[in-house]
Amino acid sequence: MKKFNDSLKSKYILAGITAFCLVLIVLSFVTDAATGPLRYIAGYVITPVQNGLNEVGNWITDKSAYFQSSTDLVAENKELQEKVDALTAENSQLLQDKEELSRLQALFELDQQYDDYEKIGARIIAKDTGNWFNVFTIDKGSKDGILVNQNVITEGGLVGIITETGPNWATVRSIIDDYSNVTGTVTSTSDNCIIAGDLRLIDEGKINLVKLTDESDRVKVGDKVVTSDVSDRFLPGILIGYISDVGMDSNNLTKSGTITPMVDFRHLHEVLVIKELKEIDDAKVSLDAQADTEGAATPDTSQSESGTGTESESQNEE
Amino acid sequence: MKRRIVMFVLVLAAFLLQSTLLQTISLASVTPNLMLVFTVSFALMRGKREGMFVGFLSGILTDVFFGGGILGVYTLLYTYTGYINGFSFRIFYDDDIKMPIILVCASDLAFHILEYVFRFLLRGRTDFFFYLGRVIIPGVIYTAILTMLCYRLLLALNRKLEKAEQRSVDSLV
Repeated sequence: MKKFNDSLKSKYILAGITAFCLVLIVLSFVTDAATGPLRYIAGYVITPVQNGLNEVGNWITDKSAYFQSSTDLVAENKELQEKVDALTAENSQLLQDKEELSRLQALFELDQQYDDYEKIGARIIAKDTGNWFNVFTIDKGSKDGILVNQNVITEGGLVGIITETGPNWATVRSIIDDYSNVTGTVTSTSDNCIIAGDLRLIDEGKINLVKLTDESDRVKVGDKVVTSDVSDRFLPGILIGYISDVGMDSNNLTKSGTITPMVDFRHLHEVLVIKELKEIDDAKVSLDAQADTEGAATPDTSQSESGTGTESESQNEE
Repeated sequence: MKRRIVMFVLVLAAFLLQSTLLQTISLASVTPNLMLVFTVSFALMRGKREGMFVGFLSGILTDVFFGGGILGVYTLLYTYTGYINGFSFRIFYDDDIKMPIILVCASDLAFHILEYVFRFLLRGRTDFFFYLGRVIIPGVIYTAILTMLCYRLLLALNRKLEKAEQRSVDSLV
């Protein structure tokens, strides 16, 4: 008899929890009220410990690297020395180019590069617990002025976008995540495309490139892809990566392929969050600026591209 | 009450390890699911209600941090995992390592397949066999290995708690 009651009670509890969860799911679709307090508590109880534990993890990784055999290190040192020489030569070349660039930028009044945005450094403290997504938590939150939809970069290029914030933590969806869609531009030809993350390509270290409109067939492997002016969440001109292959779609109108991202997502420890949000006003201004610089012939195409951009990026919402 | 507090701390520790240290030992970006091991183990050792309790805590932590703004989905998944595995309580011996491994594998498989169906298949990612080979099977195997390593510890802890609660239950061991 007791056992029977016990199992009945379990059933009631299960039914209760199920109802509770369903209410929570509906609530979180409708409002933010349910998640707010929980996030607040979680921020003060869990984030500090995650911070500490992650330090331990990094320490272990560092130490295991420390015990590499010395022969490897000697070989690596030699290789690196050669690299340093090559890079020094390249650097002096680049410095010259940079001077030229800054002169030209001043000339065109295009000095609003992403170097100028206000940025805040953050450390990655935790990663998604499942195996399907590439989402991580950083140790800065709304107290530090972080807002949803702010762009996350590292020295190399675009990392992702803020999707949720707590008082002292925020989650970032990286651009290699299966849910991620970014509107990009091929710099050499100014053609727009969509950079869509794909779990199937993660092992190869690549990201999908789709819906590239390239009527004159000028885009080639090795071209640079940056975030587009028409994107409604990503600030323009942030480097995403380089095209690694490209081919015509079966519809004979658009092209698709893959790009290799600039950022090494496997060894990411620190990131920079750009504290500037891409506002609609900003987007308008940049669209106007684009129309100004490109003349009256383009409004038609930029209109349609902004359409696809919004459509694809709204998928990102989920 | 003391048991509940211990369980709460344990699940919290599992979540913290899962999101930090376990990520550094992930192979090919596949990580074992420690919280699932906890949920299944306690369901097997203590029954449905304890399983649900552990599952509920694990789920809500996952939801708050990695639910993508929607609370409740993982809570539901983990709670049902705890409940269903609770049916094996008192039917199987909990000191045999084979049983928890089989249960954890089955649960992890179901868990992964549900995640695939709702978050990948519904978006048109139909290449099931790729995901099966790349994520699901490695994930299940890795979780099974983790179960082998930590089930004994959980079992010992559970015995200790039971002993502290009521001395008579423990007479067989």
